[in-house]
Amino acid sequence: MQTQATIAQYVADTVPKFLERVEITKHAIILWTDHARLLNLMLFLRDDASCAFKQLVELTSIDYPEEMNRFEMVYHLLSLRFNMRLVVKLKTTENQNVPSVTSLFRCANWMERETWDMFGIKFEGHPDLRRLLTDYGFEGHPLRKDFPLTGFVEMRYDDTEKRVVYEPVSLRQDFRVFDFESPWEGMAHNVLKNVLPGDEKATYDLPLKKESA
Amino acid sequence: MPDTQIKNITINFGPQHPAAHGVLRLVLEMDGEIVERADPHIGFLHRGTEKLIEHKSYLQALPYFDRLDYVAPMSQEHAFALAVEKLLGIEAPIRGQYIRVLFAEISRILNHLLNITTFAIDVGAMTPLLWAFEEREKLMEFYERVSGARLHAAYIRPGGVHQDLPDGLVEDIYAFMEQFPKVLGDIETLLNENRIFKQRTVDIGIVTAEDALDWGFTGPMLRASGVPWDLRKAQPYDVYAQMDFDIPIGKTNDCYARYLVRVEEMRQSLRIMKQALDQMPKGPVKVDNRKISEPPRAEMKQSMEALIHHFKLYTEGYHVPKGEIYTAVEAPKGEFGVYLISDDSNKPYRCKIRAPSYFALQASEFMGKGHMLADMVAIVGAMDIVFGEIDR
Repeated sequence: MQTQATIAQYVADTVPKFLERVEITKHAIILWTDHARLLNLMLFLRDDASCAFKQLVELTSIDYPEEMNRFEMVYHLLSLRFNMRLVVKLKTTENQNVPSVTSLFRCANWMERETWDMFGIKFEGHPDLRRLLTDYGFEGHPLRKDFPLTGFVEMRYDDTEKRVVYEPVSLRQDFRVFDFESPWEGMAHNVLKNVLPGDEKATYDLPLKKESA
Repeated sequence: MPDTQIKNITINFGPQHPAAHGVLRLVLEMDGEIVERADPHIGFLHRGTEKLIEHKSYLQALPYFDRLDYVAPMSQEHAFALAVEKLLGIEAPIRGQYIRVLFAEISRILNHLLNITTFAIDVGAMTPLLWAFEEREKLMEFYERVSGARLHAAYIRPGGVHQDLPDGLVEDIYAFMEQFPKVLGDIETLLNENRIFKQRTVDIGIVTAEDALDWGFTGPMLRASGVPWDLRKAQPYDVYAQMDFDIPIGKTNDCYARYLVRVEEMRQSLRIMKQALDQMPKGPVKVDNRKISEPPRAEMKQSMEALIHHFKLYTEGYHVPKGEIYTAVEAPKGEFGVYLISDDSNKPYRCKIRAPSYFALQASEFMGKGHMLADMVAIVGAMDIVFGEIDR
């Protein structure tokens, strides 16, 4: 019986040179690799008889703007033969090109175009890296954390010019972000790490009060 | 003899076209009537769901899932609810799980009824659509009776379902299951051996099992290519493991096989619904944890504690421990996945949605190449695409 752990062990034993490290989380096993070795690792995972991850289920990126390598590329693979899922990850920056996996999985085509569109990550060897979901002529990469929720431009139909015009966003009302975080016993699991606004009220030093009185 | 210039014609199919199933713009390069190249332009219904979810609490994010595949809304909610539950480390009570399975199967029938009959109208058969929409109306009434909304239900929530089934609903679902096979039979007599329908669909858009996997097909698209793969069997969630049902697969890999697979799946869904109703135990429908699900209205009238919990749950919401998870369900169109990353706060850090029909549409160039223009309509029709989930 193959489990996720045995497959990860098998990969780590067979092709250690393709891996950076293996991370085991509560819900998944993650194989970390880097730009140069990504295609080799993916080819191995797809074609090795003990892996047979024939389907690339998901390809996306996560933005951590505070980190040196701000983007995390994530590849979710599925093996129908062993009924197993596996995650491959690598760290990248906006100036680094990630090798395209379209030569291995044809379905990666649109997912890489979407990742370029949403995050501005370029893929080397992609046959047709155009924007996918955003408007024709759109600028910016919306899923980056530094892209505002409202965007930069809005469009409307101008009746005098008889065409659609783009204008900078103007909000009739302030963009409201409500901060609901306040001490509530339900969040006890992280209360020690994160001191939330309002916490100081609960731990007020009583003797101080006496002094002032 | 003068030189003849042969020029390929480019045709714009959509974004407003009845056979484009929404807002698909398909740029087709034609050689006479043969499709040389198909380039789908998508994104006309892009609403930035993933970005919006990053700015909403977990409960506020849930209704966005109804608006992805609006033909079968509860299947999407199901995936998100399961993802959040796994991150929180909770499990819905048994009765809640049965209700979810029941409504996931109702959603499947809703979806397949719409798909096979709009597919039929694309290739020239009008009547099945009218019959199917009558049935869809009944099913949407079941939606309305549990959640108050015919489409955007927001009913399956992390921790269970929002409310228990109202009185009399179970009897009415039984009554529906009594008469539905007859309607399904009627639709089949109009289509299965219909000469025009078969001329338009048989041997059109053939995809082998290997290509289907390579293109990321899941659900009926994959099964019509002969791969017996269904997440309800392979990686069961909720009470699917207790259910007895079969997985239909296609033999001919074409549009006709996709139609047949969907019809048989509806029969299997009826089987699952019947078992779910027969076996459904009494009990709570959502977790009895006041930090995750709200207290009953009556308790709020008496207890200050309950009132505070209600207020906090609907403003701040619960905090989800740091982690990441990919959860997939067998939605009517295929594997619908939610890749959720939490960071100890009350909002998801990132939520990637995997839409099954995105992958089917992506392969339209591969499937359509060399076919006639009219076959393109049949291929797109049999894919079962809904732009709400493709564009997100």
